[in-house]
Amino acid sequence: MKNTIKLGLSVLSVLSALLFAQHALANAAAHLDKAPIDASNHESLQRGARTFVNNCLNCHSANYMRYNRLLAIGLTEKQIKDNLLFAGEKVGDTMKVAINPEEAKKWFGVAPPDLSVEVRARGADWVYSYMRAFYRDETSTTGWGNCVFDPVSCKVSMPHVLYQMQGEQIMNHETHQLELSKPGKLAPAEYDALVGDLTNFLAFMAEPAKQQRNHLGWIVLLFLAVLLVLTYKLKKAYWKDIH
Amino acid sequence: MTNKTNADKKSVVANALGQGLEWVDARFPLSSNIKAHLTEYYAPKNFNFWYFFGSLSLLVLVLQILTGIFLTMHYKPDAMLAFASVEYIMRDVPWGWLIRYMHSTGASMFFVVVYLHMFRGIIYGSYRNPRELIWLFGVGIFLCLMGEAFFGYLLPWGQMSYWGAQVIVNLFSAIPFVGPDVSEWLRGDYLVSDATLNRFFAFHVIALPFVLVGLVAAHIIALHEVGSNNPDGIEIKKLKDKKTGIPLDGIPFHPYYTVKDIVGVVVFLMVFSTIIFFAPEMGGYFLEANNFVPANPLVTPAHIAPVWYFTPYYSILRAVPPFPGVGFLGIPPSLFPGVAAMGLSVLIFALLPWLDKSPVKSIRYRGRLYKQWLAAFVVSFIVLGYLGTEPSNVWGQFGPWFGNAERATVVARIFMLVYFAFFILMPWYSKKDKTLAVPERVTG
Repeated sequence: MKNTIKLGLSVLSVLSALLFAQHALANAAAHLDKAPIDASNHESLQRGARTFVNNCLNCHSANYMRYNRLLAIGLTEKQIKDNLLFAGEKVGDTMKVAINPEEAKKWFGVAPPDLSVEVRARGADWVYSYMRAFYRDETSTTGWGNCVFDPVSCKVSMPHVLYQMQGEQIMNHETHQLELSKPGKLAPAEYDALVGDLTNFLAFMAEPAKQQRNHLGWIVLLFLAVLLVLTYKLKKAYWKDIH
Repeated sequence: MTNKTNADKKSVVANALGQGLEWVDARFPLSSNIKAHLTEYYAPKNFNFWYFFGSLSLLVLVLQILTGIFLTMHYKPDAMLAFASVEYIMRDVPWGWLIRYMHSTGASMFFVVVYLHMFRGIIYGSYRNPRELIWLFGVGIFLCLMGEAFFGYLLPWGQMSYWGAQVIVNLFSAIPFVGPDVSEWLRGDYLVSDATLNRFFAFHVIALPFVLVGLVAAHIIALHEVGSNNPDGIEIKKLKDKKTGIPLDGIPFHPYYTVKDIVGVVVFLMVFSTIIFFAPEMGGYFLEANNFVPANPLVTPAHIAPVWYFTPYYSILRAVPPFPGVGFLGIPPSLFPGVAAMGLSVLIFALLPWLDKSPVKSIRYRGRLYKQWLAAFVVSFIVLGYLGTEPSNVWGQFGPWFGNAERATVVARIFMLVYFAFFILMPWYSKKDKTLAVPERVTG
């Protein structure tokens, strides 16, 4: 028994050393801002849904996301129909786009990816940082650069769709910081909040069952905890004669 | 009108059941099998924590088969539809997300419990005479499981599915002479494609599960033939009650170990549920982020890593330098040494019963030398496992004084040598080790 413990301790120390090494490495990677994700904030999710449908859903599809999933974030069927369906879709339809992928590839160099599970692929912090990192770059084909998308070249195929909201940023090549050169309709804090809501919605869309999953988890664990007590007592009762 | 009491009614039911059982027993060995494998199978009374993982492996196998059946009802093994059908399961199939997470988490947890089960076999010498065949069936199960995991991982048809399969199938092309043909035959195409997806689906849902269940049956039949080992590594059949012939240290598997294993099952389900409901990706170790991007044969991910349970062997693959080739003999350079080392690192487990020359079975009575080797092996397994999840430049490079070699590659090479030395030197150190006297009876 003593040896098992010793072995366990040495294994644990190696594991913790490894975890520490990984942590140090993560810090060295590109800096991402923390996205304000709150799946229980229905107002934020609704604002995010509106931003997504009005701005992103022209080029990016969300082929696995059904409009009536938005009932889960507090919208009614009528609200969905009146505010989010423009081209005769039904509420049970998925969020498709009319853009022709081949045409889009001609325009942007790459077809805009489907965004249904984008947050699961890239992470919410990435999306939140990316949407706030566009800056004017006259050398690029779209006129925009983004160092979150590609930290090495800072090139990006997508133009800054929300530039009217954010305004225009430029890269200060001495400090490597972004500076607002032309203000947009929104103040910087308001724009951050807009992107925060959008990211929150994209995170919801990436896994609509997540809230139900977390909620159910506590019930299952509670049930198992009770079962553990009962089964342990049962075991004790059966084993009382075994020495 | 008859006025029967409750007791009378019960005895009528019991009678009917008894007659039914007699009817079956005259035609099928039901009672005798229940006796042989449960109520009169005598297991040592001193099983500890490590002995939960056998029954837990069986539990996960059943869970994987059951959840797999329901996934198969909705999944589409078609390169154009596969990725979307998984998201369909996650969103539109009632409770589909739960079934899918149980299956994806079950894959990783299968390896967790099987690795712990194998470790139990190693520390208590459960592979030793007369249990060599149990161990060999077990190695067969382990290989089968690796195949299941590999074929199954292609099915979601994400970027990691695709490129992981591409890398692993390409490994076979490094085999001299027949390699390129073998890998093409496995793929059914010149690159991983719809044809590959279809055959991997067939392997995953029909071929390997059949073999797996057969091997599990053989594993348990062989175990019940010779009887279970125990933490003391003593044969309990040596000392039996003179009248009944029951081992003095044995207790019937049912009810004692069934009620005990149920406690283990509940604890396991708590861990399992915590992952499923709160962290099904396990920080990218169980479900990789890149696998939420649909497979794209034209875009190679910057970093391709297998899932965690393959990474120790993957590390060994990367650590072995390629054969440089012999120009004037016309022998081309080859990656075969790494592939061979990786294959050997898995298959070498099968040799354990014959490599171990110690007079005792259990770690409890072994000396310091063996324990040090075992600790070194465990550490190297974990370090290799970690390095396999990272790109080989994860720790940067040594300076010019060491030829600018990648630090992680050098470390992987050292631990690879330790890994193999644990096996290859075992006949020597297990014999030389100073062992303790083994008691007559189990010590609890």
